[in-house]
Amino acid sequence: MSRASSPALRTHIMVRVGSFIFSLFFLFQVASAQTFVQGKALADASLKEKAVWMEKLASDDSEEATRILQYWLDGILVYWPQENRLVRGIKEGRRYQLQDLMTEEALGAVSSREIDRVKTNNSLRSALKQVLGSRQLGSSDRNVRLSAIAELKRRPDYKVLPLLKKREASEQDDQVARQLSELIGLVLLESAEANEQMEGLRRISGGLSPEVKDSLSRFLLNPNLDPGVVEVAQRELDAITRSLMYWGIGQDLFFGLSLGSVLLLAAIGLAITFGVMGVINMAHGEFIMLGAYTTFVIQQWIPATSMWSLLISIPTAFVVSGTAGIILERLVIRHLYGRPLETLLATFGVSLILQQLVRTVFGPLNQSVVTPDLLSGALDINAAFSVTYNRLFVIAFALCVLVTLWGVMQRTPFGVRVRAVTMNRGMASSMGVQTQRVDALAFGLGSGIAGMGGVALSQLTNVGPNLGQSYIVDSFMVVVFGGVGNLFGTVFAALSLGVANKMLEPLSGAVLAKILILVFIILFIQKRPRGLFALKGRAAED
Amino acid sequence: MQTRSWKRTFKNTIFASAVGLSVSLAHAADTIKVGVLHSLSGTMAISETTLKDTVLMMVEQQNAKGGLLGKKLEAVVVDPASNWPLFAEKTRELLEKEKVDVIFGCWTSVSRKSVLPVIEELNGLMFYPVQYEGEESSKNVFYTGAAPNQQAIPAVNYLIDELGVERFVLAGTDYVYPRTTNKILENYLKNLGIGESDIMINYTPFGHSDWQTIVSDIKAFGSAGKKTAVVSTINGDANVPFYKELGNQGMSAEDIPVIAFSVGEEELSGFDTGPLVGHLAAWNYFMSAEAEVNDEFIEAWHSFTGDTARVTNDPMEATYIGFEMWAKAVEKAGTTEVDKVRPALYGTAVPNLTGGTAVMHTNHHLQKPVLIGEILEDGQFEIVSATPGEVIGDAWTDYLPDSAKIIADWTAPVNCGNYNIETQQCSGQNF
Amino acid sequence: MIGLRLRQLVFASIIALIAYVFLANVMFPASMGVALDSYSLTIVGKYLCFAILAVALDLVWGYCGILSLGHAAFFSLGGYAMGMYLMRQIGERGTYGHPVLPDFMVFLNWEQLPWFWYGFDAFWFAGLMIFFAPGILAFVFGWFAFRSRVSGVYLSIITQALTYALMLAFFRNEMGFGGNNGLTDFKDLLGYPLTSDGVRVWLMLSSGLALLLSLFLCQKLLATKFGRVLVAVRDSESRTRFLGYRVEHFKLVAFVMSAMIAGLAGALYVPQVGIINPGEFSPLASIEVVVWVALGGRGSLYGAALGAIVVNAAKTFFTGFYPEAWLFFLGAMFVISTLYLPRGILGALEDLAQQVKGKAPKLSQEGLS
Repeated sequence: MSRASSPALRTHIMVRVGSFIFSLFFLFQVASAQTFVQGKALADASLKEKAVWMEKLASDDSEEATRILQYWLDGILVYWPQENRLVRGIKEGRRYQLQDLMTEEALGAVSSREIDRVKTNNSLRSALKQVLGSRQLGSSDRNVRLSAIAELKRRPDYKVLPLLKKREASEQDDQVARQLSELIGLVLLESAEANEQMEGLRRISGGLSPEVKDSLSRFLLNPNLDPGVVEVAQRELDAITRSLMYWGIGQDLFFGLSLGSVLLLAAIGLAITFGVMGVINMAHGEFIMLGAYTTFVIQQWIPATSMWSLLISIPTAFVVSGTAGIILERLVIRHLYGRPLETLLATFGVSLILQQLVRTVFGPLNQSVVTPDLLSGALDINAAFSVTYNRLFVIAFALCVLVTLWGVMQRTPFGVRVRAVTMNRGMASSMGVQTQRVDALAFGLGSGIAGMGGVALSQLTNVGPNLGQSYIVDSFMVVVFGGVGNLFGTVFAALSLGVANKMLEPLSGAVLAKILILVFIILFIQKRPRGLFALKGRAAED
Repeated sequence: MQTRSWKRTFKNTIFASAVGLSVSLAHAADTIKVGVLHSLSGTMAISETTLKDTVLMMVEQQNAKGGLLGKKLEAVVVDPASNWPLFAEKTRELLEKEKVDVIFGCWTSVSRKSVLPVIEELNGLMFYPVQYEGEESSKNVFYTGAAPNQQAIPAVNYLIDELGVERFVLAGTDYVYPRTTNKILENYLKNLGIGESDIMINYTPFGHSDWQTIVSDIKAFGSAGKKTAVVSTINGDANVPFYKELGNQGMSAEDIPVIAFSVGEEELSGFDTGPLVGHLAAWNYFMSAEAEVNDEFIEAWHSFTGDTARVTNDPMEATYIGFEMWAKAVEKAGTTEVDKVRPALYGTAVPNLTGGTAVMHTNHHLQKPVLIGEILEDGQFEIVSATPGEVIGDAWTDYLPDSAKIIADWTAPVNCGNYNIETQQCSGQNF
Repeated sequence: MIGLRLRQLVFASIIALIAYVFLANVMFPASMGVALDSYSLTIVGKYLCFAILAVALDLVWGYCGILSLGHAAFFSLGGYAMGMYLMRQIGERGTYGHPVLPDFMVFLNWEQLPWFWYGFDAFWFAGLMIFFAPGILAFVFGWFAFRSRVSGVYLSIITQALTYALMLAFFRNEMGFGGNNGLTDFKDLLGYPLTSDGVRVWLMLSSGLALLLSLFLCQKLLATKFGRVLVAVRDSESRTRFLGYRVEHFKLVAFVMSAMIAGLAGALYVPQVGIINPGEFSPLASIEVVVWVALGGRGSLYGAALGAIVVNAAKTFFTGFYPEAWLFFLGAMFVISTLYLPRGILGALEDLAQQVKGKAPKLSQEGLS
């Protein structure tokens, strides 16, 4: 910061301090008012002064205070100068719909200029959550109680101990009781007395959550501890660190599987078009992109937070990308069979056109694809190991695609024909297989699967014109590593590369891990020049 | 016959296209040409296209006001396609072929570095509208984005003073802006007494999309008994998967707030901000800033793009300020000649969009307010802190021993962008 | 015959271009209006460098059947070798004024020059490394790959993996090559300032001469028995092997030569555009080179050179005139030319010329005279 501005800064601080003292004075004067009438003062207060207001509201356990705190936290508490009172203001477009605090009666819509929103920031928000948390401990809904406990764990406060003990005595639900006990343990660590501390340590023993580790580490920073307590606490912390390490390996494995599934979804379509048909399709990435954009478009029609929008996107994306694939095959690739390298040139051109097309239609910015409510958040196996729902979805989805594809290739007449054409085009043709039709459909199938991969990727990453580019190189690596023309090889390659990458990453960092994987692929191909699962027989010949 | 026509074609190819269409479009004397050097394709198109539109809008507005010096403005748009050598080539094209009077352009540091030698050689004039790492002051470039002292340092101060943060994760994309910023911050934090073990530095490649491991590492780092925050210099594209992963792994802003220097309204419009409420960003402008001039700007932007959902962001404000300043300086100098406009720019003041005033200083940097915003549900920012006055951009940071002794001042007697006050020498200049 | 004449025409055009520039810019620079300006000079110089790269790729792809999707790696290595020399030439004139260390090393708090930067202050050493850095990489890579009989798409994809890995590595700031910003801010070459028009003219002329030289050398090489064997390898590798040739040796020699030519192209490219950064290693850049060659006419060195020039000229034209839609034009150009010009531009022109003469189009792709 520039030195020149520091006198100004000092004056500013003095003014701030002055107004702060003044507002304190004001505050105590009106502390006993029946209804909360100092809306203006609250809205105008600086963030530091707001903290004082909050303390005051916290000591008032009327329904109105609770509502004020709750709306404040939600960011919908506004001061309405026209009637000089606090109301609920819900933003709609560039205007606010006002409602009465208590009755929720509609008071009309106003522009943002006509009201003052009561702002919050991070520290206020977390303090608000604490206050509301201790109020909600007595709620009849066990989920509300659980989230209140989770909130209180973030900042264990010795003051609430009596309240917690009272709640513990009357708690019926097992899970809530366990969580509550852990919370009490954390709160007891804040105590200054050794026996209470020991009691706290006993209660949190075996807990693996970040809050427990955090509190323990903080506890050990305290220099005035009894040596006996320190020993126990250190032992606990070591135990936690150790089991976190084991669980961490499991976590890495899951990360690897999920990365592997992403690679698989991106590559499996290519395994058909490239592996089975010998077409080097540089536009494959753009088919993935089309699928992701389909998800975006569908979400404009169907409420994005519902799972349905995603479920409908899957077949739609298959059809969109598949159709695009068939058109590409009919218009361009059909003329290039037997000249595989030239398909590279033509499809590279197509990929440029598709990218620019998307950029022209949707604009160059990333589009916002919403994660359905069902897929947000994580499934907690225990406090140290949780799997996020969207990753779980991707893994399950990849598995479904795989099983379906396997079924189609092995069990349907279409699959038999595709395999026949792959093995020996001439022979298949003379047996009456319409090879051209099979080519077009197989290409459509591969492209359609790429589109479905796009739906899954839209849940994880950017949906923008460059989406395809970032996966195309990796997809080719996977197909080649697994062995061209072998679907099983592709699956194995995707999963093993994903897991290897994620296992290396904690040791070497993200970039080096990727470089090592690439070097490994280069070396591996020297050892097995036809990939992991080489095709044998005639098809393997040049 | 065929051969001859082919020969002609060939000659045309080499000499017409390659020579950059030497059939040079006659330089119309009655327009002032404004070059726009922003990538419209490739990886940076996501960010830069908006700035191209901003310049076009400003040109349109200026023409509606009657142009400059009685002449109309004409925008010359080229596409350097996110390709760094192409930036240099296109700069040369703009200056030599199109004879533009000013260029608005570049986003990444490497594109600016690539343009520098050309623009210095041909004595052009460029306005660079993005926050950057500093350690530079070119005679021919005006930096209207934030220098590190106008973004990073106040942001960290906010974390320490307001949120009581004691442990820092400095996460960035592996290129020069994050490297510099993190180096400055590391030094700054250590001077404040924060230990080595309380600072974690992590670099990821461009477009990094798989953040599972890093987010869980941050989570582990944050559970060590001290309030932890992430200072993110992660570049554009990689942010969406990063924030998605934060949301999914349940890392809320109350546990471990993330303050970002490269995430603005436009980046947020690309994703669902629900899980991100409370995370922070530090900029010199937010769309939510309450000022008359801001409302007008937003309205003009909406009517120009024909889309009321379009957001505005900090680099757009920087472009706006740059353009207004240039127009004012041209009026003042009475010409578009670079050597006359440049001195006219020093001390030029134009209103910024947050209700204050931007002044161009002789080190080619602006004075700007520093705002800290928290992400809201609707993808906008709530301004939770603002520096009391405007902060003057410092080309050479005071927080690194090597650059603390260097200053930039483009007026006499120093007249140098890299002047060592100890040895009293000017170095690293190309002319 | 006609094909031959077309080739001579390409060759002659390049000579004419060089002669023109030499006369207009060097001999009689005073005569206004005819000399190329510095924009045109650098841009033509750039096209010529790309043409050299295309010739290098065509040598292995067009004549030996090795589709390398990693030639940008050799190009960039040559470029980096040149860039390192230019960096060392900056000396004390850098931002931080350090006598030995380049700016980015000072910035990253490096105490001393890493070992692989030694020697680059001497031009002869840098000149050797321009050939040896890509050459050695190609030798090691090729020696393993060809001995293991990696071929076809497998070879293509691992060359892609090679350039991809190098790109990621060079992006790392710890590597000591300047990270994402790469090497830039060059001042002078052999003591002459790079921004002077004289140096630009000579750089462009050297690129032209280098193109002629590589065309000439490759042509001579292909006309020998060695070249015949290469074509045999392309057409049927196993048959050639059964005839008793050590196929891998032939491939290796061609591959290493090609890498060295690519390195030379990169070295000439860097001082003209003023920057080298890891983006040049990108797999897409390598694919673009393949596209140039395919478009110009695979299996014809002149076609490759022509393709590089045509595609890049089109790019320059479209990015300036249709900045919003140039990818449509470029993409369409690739698709249409693949469909309708299966033998590339040069091949199509040959066919056209033959038809005019009333002869049947030639079927063979090679048509070496």
